[in-house]
Amino acid sequence: MTTTTLPRPDTAAGDRPEPVLSVRDLRTAFKTSHGIVRAVSGVSLDVYPGECLGVVGESGSGKSVTFASVMGLVKKPGWVEDGEILYRGRDLTRLSDRELRALRGKDIAMTMQDALTALNPALTVGEQILEVLRAHADDLPRGRAGRAEARRRAVEMLDLVGIPSPADRLNEYPHQFSGGMRQRIMIAIALACRPRLLIADEPTTALDVTIQAQVLELIADIRARLGMSVVLITHDLGVVAEHCDRVVVMYAGQVVETGPTRAVISDPKHPYTQGLLDSIPRLSDLSHPIRPIQGQVPELIDLPPECRFIGRCPKRTPDCRTGIDMRPAGPGRAARCILVGEETEA
Amino acid sequence: MTTAVPASSAGASSAASPDRAARTQSPFWRNMRKFADNRLALASGVVVLLFVVMAVAAPLIAPHDPNATDLFRRLQPPAWMAGGEWAYPLGCDALGRDILSRIIYGARISIFIGTAVILVATTIGILAGLAAGYLRGWVDTAISRLVDILLAFPYLIFAIGLMAMMGPGLSNIVIALAYKEWVIPCRVVRGETLAAREMEYVEAARALGAGRARIMWREILPNILSPVVVVSTIRMANVIILEASLSFLGLGVQPPTASWGSMVADGRAFMLEAWWVSTFPGLAILLLVLSLNVASQGLRDAFDPKFHD
Repeated sequence: MTTTTLPRPDTAAGDRPEPVLSVRDLRTAFKTSHGIVRAVSGVSLDVYPGECLGVVGESGSGKSVTFASVMGLVKKPGWVEDGEILYRGRDLTRLSDRELRALRGKDIAMTMQDALTALNPALTVGEQILEVLRAHADDLPRGRAGRAEARRRAVEMLDLVGIPSPADRLNEYPHQFSGGMRQRIMIAIALACRPRLLIADEPTTALDVTIQAQVLELIADIRARLGMSVVLITHDLGVVAEHCDRVVVMYAGQVVETGPTRAVISDPKHPYTQGLLDSIPRLSDLSHPIRPIQGQVPELIDLPPECRFIGRCPKRTPDCRTGIDMRPAGPGRAARCILVGEETEA
Repeated sequence: MTTAVPASSAGASSAASPDRAARTQSPFWRNMRKFADNRLALASGVVVLLFVVMAVAAPLIAPHDPNATDLFRRLQPPAWMAGGEWAYPLGCDALGRDILSRIIYGARISIFIGTAVILVATTIGILAGLAAGYLRGWVDTAISRLVDILLAFPYLIFAIGLMAMMGPGLSNIVIALAYKEWVIPCRVVRGETLAAREMEYVEAARALGAGRARIMWREILPNILSPVVVVSTIRMANVIILEASLSFLGLGVQPPTASWGSMVADGRAFMLEAWWVSTFPGLAILLLVLSLNVASQGLRDAFDPKFHD
């Protein structure tokens, strides 16, 4: 990567700045006909100013639900059961709908997985950016001057995300743009009010590989220029390795490992993280076998207290039945595995 | 942050008046172009437009005063028959009034009532349908039950009852018909809203802080307008028939105002000796309603995604 030359947040725990977002023991559940699905059970994580946090996990690991909870966007039949979501010291779970709405888009913005469907097909992209500006930008003057200013900012945003001749394209509809361009537009809409925190939910999943790289570089570049924090939700460890300062690995509704990206990837502590890394094909070493993780994510209904990875873990022991909390595993690192402590002792 | 915006001055001028080429790229206008490709539908649309022009310009077009009686021309036949004259091309009615002029003026009633009822009904239907479909809960239950109740009444009998209660008159006809007509757009809007509220762009708007009202008006409504337009056109034909029916029964527009329905009723007594008195206004109803139906069919084909290439 050539663009990111940000000072990385100090990875050693202790002398860090206050986190922008701090999730504590979050529990989100969904009521279904089979029982109550605990999609997120006790997730804690921090996002520090200016950093890029990668949240990795396979489908159903609860990564998207965690951040839907942060945004207050969990839809019925789901609800946030318990936990704190502190945004710069304010607990978002205690805010009223109105207060939360004022925060969304202005302080915390989120981009959706699929840019093809996340843009409104009936409105021009300009209208969609202006919409957000009108809702949140209190500093805009009223009347004609305000409209001109809003328009100027919209053009600026499109320019920022690299849309050629932005002033003309403001009047075009989403279907007139390519997939990568639409993803850029969605980022422009999310960034229109200069949020402190951008949550990008699988920003590259729907894109070609070449476009993926462009969009990720764009996010990294804008993060550096605007000094905001970014949460990158993805299932692609490769993306995390290249773009994130720290990583949170989620499995079955829990955080199983967290730490600075480089350390986690070079020396994964949790067998699930190891499994994820082993299942990535490597071009540098084609003889290296791809080892998929056997089995499936357990159903999140009435889970016993045992380690949730027990059914798929190659290193399981009888002790895993008792279950386990996160254990410190080196500077700024933690993992949810009983082997972690033993290794350090050994 | 100061990002240099290239050609921002040029952009701002074109931005001030959104350029037309881009405007016509909106999904709505693309569908309208598809509609224009369907010749039959387009022709029907033109016929409907001609009726509208006829209604608006009635005083300029009509050869005679529609209410001027002339007992010497009582039941005078159309121009091409023995005893007819070209000054009264479609003949005269029992009071010697020019049938063509009365048809031209009658178009005003049909089109005014059709448009007014559809406008009122669609407005109410959109409001109620959006509220029911987006807010769900008790709002939905209340509106949907009301819709079910109204649908259980036969339309014409319901309208007759209302007219009997309120008495005749133009605005009463509009009220009597709109009273039940709104349930049709309401159900369409509710159904479309139920589908649209789950779309990702609605979720995206919520994630960026949009409130309920803004999501309903700005995110959902523009996306569900097409089926509403289609249904309104079909229903307008229906409303025109209903107005004619009410006037035929004497509950609609009161004499001497010309209305196609009452003209047909007037001619009933002379069907055998003067068929033209009933036939020509009947044909006018037929032509307008048929054109509306064919045009709405064309609209549906153009707007329905299943018909897309």
